[in-house]
Amino acid sequence: MPRAAVASAPDLLPARFAGWFAARGWAARPHQLAMVEKGREGRHALLIAPTGGGKTLAGFLPSLIALAERPPANSPRGLHTLYISPLKALAVDVERNLAAPIREMGLSITAESRTGDTGASRKQRQRVKPPDILLTTPEQLALLCSWEGARAYFEDLSCVIVDEIHAVHSSKRGDLLCLDLARLQMFAPRLRRVGLSATVNDPAVIQRWLSPNPPPCNGGGGPRSGGGGGVLQAESAEGAGENLLRAAPSHAPSTASRSPSPAGAGEDLGVDLVLGQGGAAPVVDVLLSEGRVPWAGHTAQHAMAEVYEVIKRAQTALVFVNTRFQAEFAFQELWRLNEDALPIALHHGSLAAEQRRRVEAAMARGELRAVVCTSTLDLGIDWGDVDLVIQLASPKGASRMVQRIGRATHRMDEARHAIFVPANRFEMLECQAAREAIAENRLDDDPPRTGALDVLAQHVMSCACAEPFDPLALYEEVRCAGPYRDLSWGDFELVVDFVSTGGYALKSYDRFKRIVKGRDGLWKVRNQETAQRHRMNVGAIVSPAMLDVRYAGRGGKGGRKIGEVEEGYLEVLDPGDTFVFAGQTLKLISVTGTDVLVTPAADKAPKMPSWGGSKFALSTYLALRVRRLMTEQDHWSVLPGDVREWLEIQRDRSLIPGEGELLVETFPRGNRHFLCAYAFEGRLAHTTLAMLLTRRLERAGVGPLGFVCNDYALAVWSLKPMDGLDLDALFHEDMLGDDLEAWLDESFMMKRAFKGCAIVSGLIERRFRGEQKSGRAITFSTDLIYDVLRRHEPDHFLLRCARDDAATGLIDVARVGQMLSRIKGRIRHAALDHLSPFSVPILLEIGKERVLGGAAAEMVLSEAAEDLIAEAMS
Amino acid sequence: MSAAEAHAFAYAFSPSPCGGLRVEVAGTRVMLRPCGGLWLEAERALIVSDLHLEKGSAYARRGQLLPPYDTAETLAVLEREIAVLNPALLVFLGDTFHDRWWEARIDPAGAARVRALTVGRQAVWVTGNHERDSVKTLPGEMADEIALAGLILRHEPLPGPAWGEVAGHLHPCAVVAGKGRSVRRRCFVTDGERLILPAFGAYAGGLNVRDAAFAGLFARPPLMGALGKDRVHAVGWRSVARD
Repeated sequence: MPRAAVASAPDLLPARFAGWFAARGWAARPHQLAMVEKGREGRHALLIAPTGGGKTLAGFLPSLIALAERPPANSPRGLHTLYISPLKALAVDVERNLAAPIREMGLSITAESRTGDTGASRKQRQRVKPPDILLTTPEQLALLCSWEGARAYFEDLSCVIVDEIHAVHSSKRGDLLCLDLARLQMFAPRLRRVGLSATVNDPAVIQRWLSPNPPPCNGGGGPRSGGGGGVLQAESAEGAGENLLRAAPSHAPSTASRSPSPAGAGEDLGVDLVLGQGGAAPVVDVLLSEGRVPWAGHTAQHAMAEVYEVIKRAQTALVFVNTRFQAEFAFQELWRLNEDALPIALHHGSLAAEQRRRVEAAMARGELRAVVCTSTLDLGIDWGDVDLVIQLASPKGASRMVQRIGRATHRMDEARHAIFVPANRFEMLECQAAREAIAENRLDDDPPRTGALDVLAQHVMSCACAEPFDPLALYEEVRCAGPYRDLSWGDFELVVDFVSTGGYALKSYDRFKRIVKGRDGLWKVRNQETAQRHRMNVGAIVSPAMLDVRYAGRGGKGGRKIGEVEEGYLEVLDPGDTFVFAGQTLKLISVTGTDVLVTPAADKAPKMPSWGGSKFALSTYLALRVRRLMTEQDHWSVLPGDVREWLEIQRDRSLIPGEGELLVETFPRGNRHFLCAYAFEGRLAHTTLAMLLTRRLERAGVGPLGFVCNDYALAVWSLKPMDGLDLDALFHEDMLGDDLEAWLDESFMMKRAFKGCAIVSGLIERRFRGEQKSGRAITFSTDLIYDVLRRHEPDHFLLRCARDDAATGLIDVARVGQMLSRIKGRIRHAALDHLSPFSVPILLEIGKERVLGGAAAEMVLSEAAEDLIAEAMS
Repeated sequence: MSAAEAHAFAYAFSPSPCGGLRVEVAGTRVMLRPCGGLWLEAERALIVSDLHLEKGSAYARRGQLLPPYDTAETLAVLEREIAVLNPALLVFLGDTFHDRWWEARIDPAGAARVRALTVGRQAVWVTGNHERDSVKTLPGEMADEIALAGLILRHEPLPGPAWGEVAGHLHPCAVVAGKGRSVRRRCFVTDGERLILPAFGAYAGGLNVRDAAFAGLFARPPLMGALGKDRVHAVGWRSVARD
């Protein structure tokens, strides 16, 4: 794989480095040299390259060179380079991979990882005597920034490398990381930022995120405003010696900046873009079992025998699925077929960490033929010899799919091979659309986000724990973080007040302030105990409380841990019930404290609880392509016969909507009336839409009885016919007004969002399992706080945060809004005598799951009362 | 034969127009109120348990700034209940205040509202030993336990079966799983011999009735009276799930 190095390579690479490449029979790749050049010039740089392109080494090369060339020092030195990875395992893996070149070139450089798993003594030593290169996670960085002495610890920092940016930038974790980068930049103004990312559609979004002085999102270019908390842009330095950075006024023109994206054309984003060479285009096939695609379903059970055959022919296959439930299911099915006893393993987020590590190690040693996995393997670690990626059920997004395909053959020059296995007919359309999008290299867009205020609250508290802060200076610093660029002073003051007193209209907590303003105008943490407690709760990941699944030992004690399940997962099970977990059938014995005790069971038909639907919504871009594919009848020829026939009958019996239209069908069935809307906006958005529609239908007097949603459509059924309704009025955008407000306030999703915000913002402590009362844990529910706060102070800061989160993350209101505005005046209504081909998949979902609207909670309780009578009669 | 008579384990209960649920405890007819209070109509006695007033400020003192509205919220519910029922006797079944330093933290308006609850009626503060100091400045009697209408009212249930006992302390909660979701609500728990009241306070957490703390208290699978919106729902043991 040697590649001709660019002409300037000898100048860029010191002899020792050039020799190292040569000794391994390699040549530095152009993007690796380009990154070295950016390092020499002191430019912030974002490298976008597909996996397998030596991306991580490219990120580290400038630091390794600088460290190799530095003169000997008499006094201990501070941290030189900080590497941040979204995955703990990746930080550890990179530590290992970095050790090889350092050792082989005989460099005197120390590189150490620091994660939640790192031992206390090593962590302590790292604080006292930092390594040259520290590899860590955003959460550990947030913790380091909250320590007293953070400024001194980071003031020598020369470079920060953020890996897998595409996976973090558009999340609360990204918000927090960006705030901490701004903090680091303030501690070390000459700090150079390096970003590493997989291929994305619009690199300018990530460039802006990474920029220490982010330009406005709406483009515009022009000179950036000065100020920015005194953060100066590092400018190209003559002589290109190590770290000879010269601070230049931030409005200095930047000649080296370039961006290929139209949005960023001609605009200085403050971060230079380096593009790695694209690998060979992946070969994507769609697997059809006997040429047929089933009507409905999510598991692709019909095609499992063929999937097994494909695995047999491959060297090592990664089998991606979208949910843990699907992972367990596919794993069971494959082993049922596994007559050759191929080593097939399972990997998902609920398995015990040790078990996951074992699978990863076996994989790295090349001992496995296949791993069934969820998004836990989307990122990171280099596997070696995966030659096939199989996606069971729909890919949901082109970018995610490219990332997954990238897991195969970490050698760029070889084409990667992937197989999609659609589980139903709509998924067939989706697979075809994704296949075409990947071939055209068109990916999904990740919209830039506005920084979350609960995250900011946590950050402000961390800052106060590290050292007293001046509010104006901190405000300027915070606005240097891309997501908070447009933060108003009013909101910032609100956040500071919240951190201090809880921000309530009733000022009764003045005695209990967490941070206090001194006479010098600086805010500081109330006392060391408060700071300690805060430090135990940093981080922006909120995961549901987990229970350990363990084998039942003697005397009711817990034995070996098998994995973890989310709290609430087991509520549908009773002792004696069986379920599939970690690839085996288990019988529930009891739940004791935080342990779920189980024994192996031989049950062939386990009572298998659903593990929720697809976690990922269909991406907006892929949805558009699916709608387009459906509209272009000439295009149908690429589809299998039965799917084509399905579309043709749909066209003849009902209709095929145009690309921008919404098809709404109404028809009677049994003694019910149905309304199906094919919006292709993802289950989340459909659920929200269905909830809101049900409210309206109730008012319209048609007596809605229930609804069901999948990624492609929603169906509502009612007592009275719905074909006479004014559909334009029914689907009018105004449903996002009062109806949404009214529904949201009662919605359990708001409570879930509130809990997340309450934890991230520091209102309540993370592991808030309530007061210990005579030895028993009494669950202190954030729902109680939510209810009280909503009644007494409905405009409170934290409720605002929760509403924003619910609207964007949990219920996808933004997506519903875009859809409603897109289809305004473009609803195609088909009033039918009976169901249509399109409606079959969605109607088959009925009975599997039902989401109740309005007075749902009361209904659940009333039904339980009916059960009681049945119980009494038994 | 009614459903209730058909089975040895069946319970006699009947919904009341006010949303409450009538049950018998040790032969005494009582009303479980939707707010979580117990109403003895013949005695015109209202019994409430575990108000945990000033819990919010207790947490704030330790750095968790929960919304400071829990006392007002809890008192408002109780005041409404008193206005509707006009009880002659008001029994607080313990843990009325979250800790003994509540008086130092409660605002003057809240303190006045607490005192006003007992005006025009008899009040009894059933307390554990640790709680004596909390309520000694308040109007009304203090007692470890009281006997009323054939029932024994005490804060913490005695271990093992206890005929006619009405207690609080455990904060019972019922999780009822429906299709697609589940509901967790505070509840009364009774086996017809004894009754555990739900916690009344806005910030009082709940303990699942399937928790080991309830094991051994009941002679047979108990009946839950789950607090709904304006209604107490009768829920059978088989319908309640763990958390």
